Amino acid sequence: MRVRLISGIAAIAALGLAGSLSLATAADKPSDPQIAHIAYTAGAIDVEAAKQAIAKSKNKDVVAFAESMLRDHEAVNKQALDLVKKLNVTPEDNATSQALSKAATAERDKLSGLEGAAFDKAYVDNEVAYHKQVNGALEGLLIPSAQNAELKSLLETGLKLFRGHQQHAEHVAAALK
Amino acid sequence: MRHLLLIAMPTLILSAGMAQSATIEVTIEKMAFSPAEVEVKIGDTIEWVNKDAFVHTATVKGGWDVQLPVKKSGSVVVDKAGTLDYYCRFHPNMKGRITVAP
Ligand SMILES: [Cu+2]
Repeated sequence: MRVRLISGIAAIAALGLAGSLSLATAADKPSDPQIAHIAYTAGAIDVEAAKQAIAKSKNKDVVAFAESMLRDHEAVNKQALDLVKKLNVTPEDNATSQALSKAATAERDKLSGLEGAAFDKAYVDNEVAYHKQVNGALEGLLIPSAQNAELKSLLETGLKLFRGHQQHAEHVAAALK
Repeated sequence: MRHLLLIAMPTLILSAGMAQSATIEVTIEKMAFSPAEVEVKIGDTIEWVNKDAFVHTATVKGGWDVQLPVKKSGSVVVDKAGTLDYYCRFHPNMKGRITVAP
């Protein structure tokens, strides 16, 4: 009886531990379908931001920057779509993608109320901050979590691309001052 | 085949009594110039071959600006000795260097 009780507690303790471990893993380490969704969402957000800037800005450097964001993010997202199709993976919506989209909608609304130099500055400053944030996520979470080698490789190219965009945005921001 | 032609051409020029010049190929793949550093001579051609899905440039500040569309190439002929640092205007983290010997 005593033995059975102890083993019962041990079983519960083990379950609890395993339960919290798998929860921690789920929270810290997104799956490949989730990673694909996050990466695609991050790109699509910057495409939308670029379209808004192309429509609103009259500064030629800002418009040229936005055009290169549009071009690059559409290209990398096309590669991502081709890859998930090839791997037969369905991107899976998740809390990180939703948080990114929510923040992006708020930013777009804020920018839509600005004009001229105030818009240019707010757009470019946000591009610097946004690429920095996405680079942090790619480097610290998405790339280390990715299981599929081709997905990992695409994310690594994406990180170099986003780092380039961050620097490009910083150059444009410095020129606006 | 193309490489054979490139090798054959300078030989012809040399036999005609002119300075030997070569074409040095730099590949762009996955957001990087490869090789990132090349050593060439005056009169040589640098040809960048863009294998990425992204538009790049090979730009020297205050100097030339070579546009490199997706899956296309572009080139310059170097005409003075020295060190040329170049970068991509769209992705300033992409950097390369050309050392030109007289
Ligand atoms: Cu580039």
